[in-house]
Amino acid sequence: MQLPVTLATLSPDAWIVLTGAATNVACALVGCFLVLRRMSLMGDALSHAVLPGLVLAFLFSGSLGIVSLFLGAAAVGLLSTFLTQTLHQYARVPSDASMGVVFTSLFACGVILIKKYINGLHFDIACVYEGSLELVPFTDSLAGLPRPLFTTLVVLIVNLALVLAFWKELKLSSFDANLATTMGYPSAALHYLLMTMVAVTTVASFEAVGSILVVAMLIVPAATAHLLCDRLAVMIAISAGVGIAASVLGYWAAVYCDTNIAGMMTVASGVLYGLAVLFSPRYGICSTLLRNLSMSIRVLREDLLSMLYRIEELDASKSLTAAKARAALDSSWLARWAIAALARTGRIQRVGDRLQLTDAGRDDARQLVRSHRLWETYLVEHLGMPLDHVHEPAHRIEHYIDDRIRQELEENLETTEQDPHGREIPD
Amino acid sequence: MSGLPLLLGLSLSSKVMIGTALLGGMAGVVGCFAVLRGRALVGDMLAHAALPGVALAFLLMGSRSILTLSVGALATGLLAIATIAVIVRWTRTKEDAAIGIVLSTFFGAGVVLLSVVQKPAVGGNKAGLNSYLFGDPGNMLTGDLFVLALVGAILLFTVALLFKEFKVVCFDTDFAQSQGWPTLTLDLLMMASLAVVTIVGLPIVGVILMAAMIILPAATARFWTNRLHIMLLLAAAFGIAAGPLGTYLGRGFPAGAAIVLTAASFFGVSLLLAPDRGVAARLMAEYQLRKRITREHLLRSLYELSESQLPDIPCLPLLTVSQYRHWDSLEKMLQLEAEAGTILRTEQTIQLTPFGLRRAAELTKAHRLWEMYLVQYADIAPDHVDRDADDVEHLLPESLLVELEQQLAEEDRLPNLVAEVPSSPHELDTDKPQQ
Repeated sequence: MQLPVTLATLSPDAWIVLTGAATNVACALVGCFLVLRRMSLMGDALSHAVLPGLVLAFLFSGSLGIVSLFLGAAAVGLLSTFLTQTLHQYARVPSDASMGVVFTSLFACGVILIKKYINGLHFDIACVYEGSLELVPFTDSLAGLPRPLFTTLVVLIVNLALVLAFWKELKLSSFDANLATTMGYPSAALHYLLMTMVAVTTVASFEAVGSILVVAMLIVPAATAHLLCDRLAVMIAISAGVGIAASVLGYWAAVYCDTNIAGMMTVASGVLYGLAVLFSPRYGICSTLLRNLSMSIRVLREDLLSMLYRIEELDASKSLTAAKARAALDSSWLARWAIAALARTGRIQRVGDRLQLTDAGRDDARQLVRSHRLWETYLVEHLGMPLDHVHEPAHRIEHYIDDRIRQELEENLETTEQDPHGREIPD
Repeated sequence: MSGLPLLLGLSLSSKVMIGTALLGGMAGVVGCFAVLRGRALVGDMLAHAALPGVALAFLLMGSRSILTLSVGALATGLLAIATIAVIVRWTRTKEDAAIGIVLSTFFGAGVVLLSVVQKPAVGGNKAGLNSYLFGDPGNMLTGDLFVLALVGAILLFTVALLFKEFKVVCFDTDFAQSQGWPTLTLDLLMMASLAVVTIVGLPIVGVILMAAMIILPAATARFWTNRLHIMLLLAAAFGIAAGPLGTYLGRGFPAGAAIVLTAASFFGVSLLLAPDRGVAARLMAEYQLRKRITREHLLRSLYELSESQLPDIPCLPLLTVSQYRHWDSLEKMLQLEAEAGTILRTEQTIQLTPFGLRRAAELTKAHRLWEMYLVQYADIAPDHVDRDADDVEHLLPESLLVELEQQLAEEDRLPNLVAEVPSSPHELDTDKPQQ
């Protein structure tokens, strides 16, 4: 395969970013399924457990050829998945502990094997942890690409093909394994397939990013995407995008600070995850807080309106001071805010230090009080609740009763003139 | 301190032995709580999350003493635990992903910081720091031994003092909470002791292998006992043994890996040989149970085949018995029964002995009582109860049988007894015309 000259003469920077991005995308493809199946830590476990497989493959084939590496990785990946399952199911070791037992023991085997047979050769233990993305442009090339990039691209394509081929099966078994089994899909086989993909992807990424940082690439973009959307296809696309963004940002930051590139890419994806935690439109902490805050203020506004209406109803000459209203709402700064919002939108007006409903405000308040009293009537008529128990639930639900529910209540109630306490239900 | 000169005079290899033994013992104890609480991988997470703390402490303090670095490691380790708690509490991300995210991101930050430390401008020498990744017991100083011993003593004291509290939180947190125990504080205390042990162990065995030291001895001890205090003692013992033994056997190899493999072989042996929970014992028990069930089925079948001619005990042709139901290894079972004196057999016939008849009658009674119970109380159709009763009859305790009998008799539902055995509520194969 001959590549265009422009690609072959790319700068080292571009090769590094490309390798990082390809690794990230390959990882994201399988990572999404790991996160959804709540098996994220299998990524961590497998990335360590494959070490002896690599060493054995190296010993048998005498080289770090792609095929032997992948065979070794797949074999040990399957073995450790099998051991973990068996320890859990037949020896009743808790699943996390069995994972821990298997991967640490296999990793220790790998370390011993390295020390015994290939001391000092291609394997640098530090590389196992940290990888050496910096060296990518200087590795020997395969098909015009640096070897780690070529390896990763192969895995990327294989992963993509497998995910597309088993899309329906993987999707169903990830969201509802029991349903998948009852529908006749081989859940166990899919589990092993996925774990093999994880093991092979991990190995492909080993040289570039190392065993721990590949865990970040498997999990962090996928978890970020999980915070941003609700559809699997979109999640995979977003996680690939997050992975690419993390490698570009990480590379830029690492060059800027002159530090380890793979480490910085990890930190970058961690930062992206943090941003998603804070600012995701649907599941972010900030948007949740904002939603809760605006809900509280709406409730306070509506409570104040109906309070003013009830006072008017009781004795038209009486009214409420702003200070008393705040005290009654029992939440000083939010209440202040709610009063200001009502005044600004022309629902109430201040006369001296007193608050009075405007006509628009009175209309709104009438609807609220109507909802409240209709609900009280409903609770008494249909559920037979005692009189002294209906105010509290009605007080809480009145904020959620819209025109449609009001109409339904009107149609289903016998009396819509008076509430059970004998007060008039306003129109 | 009278021991001090003695300690100072120790050779490096004895120091390594003592240090790894101390570490193994502590890791075993905190590991028990971690494994029982379903937090086996938290040790792994802590070990990784400690790395940025180690690098930061070195950058800020410029010192490579184990104490400075450990304080830094502890700080980021606790930060990592807090981050996971926040993620799990406030976001959609599940705990496993949260652990993975924190583990890898913190480790990435550690790698970045280490590469800063490496620069000549900062001081260059990160030799002591690298041991945090891979472990290097050979670097052990006498001072480190004292740190280990101190941490061990504090840990021992804490566990002894709060044994009851830890136990109840481990096994039933909700119960502990409802009893008014401060479960959150106790939980944090357990996590904190896990963190401290992980971090003092890091420079000795390294990141991954520290995770193994937390999990392996505890998981090994779990095979041998169902009692917490014995499990703690055993885990500590396995840990203590794995340290020096691994160091000794693995001379010339990375000590951390050798220690872990030693601990893993303890695990493997226990997995196979432990009483009750070990694989061999479980297989054996399963085999015994299967054998008992087949023998009981055999006696019951013989009773059912003899039933019509009682009180005379007929000689049954072997062929009738072997065709009566499906048998695995009928010959062997017959031989066992003959040895037990419950049957007399000739080449082609089988006859229950009076003793065997009584046994067989008891078994048949249990079967039928349970069938009748199912028919009358669980409303199961008479032709469906045979299989259900088959499953449960071997496990019915004597007292339950007496109770069943009394209850059925009180309601006058116990039919006339033939040798105290009620008649079957469903049709037997013996009632069908034989071919």
